[in-house]
Parts: sequence; structure tokens; C-alpha cells
Amino acid sequence: MFELLVAARWSPYLAGAGIGLLICLTFLLSDRPLGASTAFAKLGGMIAGLFSRRRVESMEYYERVTPNVDWQFLILPGVVIGGLVAALLSGTFSPEFVPTFWATRFGENGVIRLVAALAGGILLGFGARWAGGCTSGHGISGNLQLSIASMLASAGFFIGGILVALVLFGVPEGQGIWGLF
Amino acid sequence: MTLDDIRSSRPVQMSLALLFGTIFGFLLVRGGATQHEVIWGQLLLYDFTVVKIMLSAVLVGMVGFQLLRSLGLVQSHVAAPTLGSHLVGGLIFGLGFGLLGLCPGTVAGAIGRGSLDALIGGGIGLLIGTFLFALVYPRVNRGIAKAGPLPWKTLPELLGGINPWFVVVPAGVLILAVFWVLESLGL
Repeated sequence: MFELLVAARWSPYLAGAGIGLLICLTFLLSDRPLGASTAFAKLGGMIAGLFSRRRVESMEYYERVTPNVDWQFLILPGVVIGGLVAALLSGTFSPEFVPTFWATRFGENGVIRLVAALAGGILLGFGARWAGGCTSGHGISGNLQLSIASMLASAGFFIGGILVALVLFGVPEGQGIWGLF
Repeated sequence: MTLDDIRSSRPVQMSLALLFGTIFGFLLVRGGATQHEVIWGQLLLYDFTVVKIMLSAVLVGMVGFQLLRSLGLVQSHVAAPTLGSHLVGGLIFGLGFGLLGLCPGTVAGAIGRGSLDALIGGGIGLLIGTFLFALVYPRVNRGIAKAGPLPWKTLPELLGGINPWFVVVPAGVLILAVFWVLESLGL
């Protein structure tokens, strides 16, 4: 059991099954699906509120998604803590700026990467709120309820993601499904 | 303590949210999903870790959720689907997914394992992106998000209101078949 806790990687099937059980618990004990993007919307609203509270309070979106510390918000610090605990237990915590995979294609230039990552984050946040959920809320919590909305959103996540990844990195010839043809 | 007591107690719910988040972050890191190269590997269709994690979660969660629902312990939380909201929003999200190599939950988990790219790029970007959406929300919500509505919320409804178990069982078998194919092909 201890060896499993400190192992850097688990079988994806085991990690996934654990997430499935976890979501059964969020439904049972909190009557909620598990999602991650709402917390960013709440935090964004709180930060914007520091500059102009009246403006934020008058925005229709923040009437629907109140920028406050509640259940959906606290998932976010929880995930950060969980990630930290996992990395510390396995001794894999390591500050890294430009991801190695990116650097092998586009080099170590931090400014280029920062611009790409910021643009990526903006599109993720904008798209997640437009679609009403992300890879957690729609991709897992919604799909497991057999939700059509979540299936449409998940199709969008992967179609968009695959297209951008292929444009950025090119077809990895001979690898994975590309090796089957 | 009854289920209603647990669900209506604010201190209990706040503690549970932190606990649920912590377990989620832990599992995302252990699964490998907080590593950019794993997400990009999936989007480039040669590392199927992300699909395996998501489909295992859906398989276990789908059966568990339906069992709890049959016992009357949980209710479903699903949106009324529209192409303009879910497909279009999903595609915009997908562009960011490919560019960043992480999604909102895995951004948080990656921050925990030390990724400054997730903290400074992904995290700040997500805050800006959600705020920009809040600015255009009234227009989107009354316009394009209403376009292309579909009349069914769930697969069992689409199939004429059949018992959800008639979807859960075949869907579970299908997911297992996908795993078998992936493993047989060495993916």
C-alpha cells in the first residue's frame, strides 16, 4: 500500500477508476458533479472585484456564478495541494518552466512559451465557460451521466486539441495510430 | 448524521470540497495527466494515457452513479444540449487544450507538481479567459449559445426514454472493448 502511494505513476486504469469512485462520492455526499473550470471563473471574478467591485457585481455572469469561496471554488486549492502531495511523496516535485516536449520543437525561449501558454489558458477558460464545463465537468462527470451536452463538448475538446497539436508538432510518423497505416 | 445533514452543513461541505479536490489532484498526477507530454501525446494520438484515464473514470462512475440513482440517493445534473453552446465552446476549449498541453483541472495539478508553465501561463490565462467570457456572456447566452438546440438531455432519452441500464451496460462493454483494442495494438 505504501509503495503504491509513493509510486510516481500508476496504471492509467487505476487512476481513472479512482476518479470514477471519487465522482460517485461527490454526487452522493455533495449532490454535485466534479468540475474544475468554475473555480477559475470565481477566482477571476474575485480578482477583478478588487479593481472594481461595482462593475463585477453588475455583470450578469457573476450573478449566475457568484465569485465567492464555496464548494466549487475549494476544489481548486484542493487539486493544487493533491498534486503537491503526490509529487512530494514520490520525490518528483521539480520546478519547470518550458515543458521539455515543447522545448524539443520550439526551443527553450521562455517568452515564446509564455505567450503560447497564456493564449492556451485564455482559450481554455473562455471555451470552458462557453461550453459550461471542462474535461472534468463534461469529459468525466457529464459523460458518466450519459449527458448529450457533455458528449458534444468532449468531441469539441478533442477535435480542437488534436488539430492544434498536429499543426504545432506535426504528425508523429510511425508512432501510435500513425504506425498502423 | 443523515445524508441531508451532510449535504446541508457548510463546514462539512467546505472540508469535503478540499478533500475531494486533493484526492483528484493526487490521482491526476499519479495517472500522468498533469504532464504536458502525456496530454500532447494523446492529442497526437500516440500515447493513450488520457483516454484510458477518462474512460476508466467514466466506466466506474457510470455504473456507480446509476446504482446510486436506482437507490434514489443521487440525482442527475445535466445541461440541455445545444450545438452553439457545447460544441462551439468545446472547440474553443480544444484550441487552448492543444496550445497549453493541459486542461483546467490538470493545470491545478501541474501547479502542485511544480510546473511554472501551468502557474504563470495556464493559470493566469484561465483567469483572463473566464473573465473575458463573463464580459461577453450576455450576448453569447442570448445568441449563439441558443443555436442548434437538441431535444434530448441524455442518451437514454435520445433512445426513446429507455431504462438507463440498457445504455450503461452496452456502453460499459464498449469501453472495455476500446481498452482491449488499445492494449492489443500496444497503444
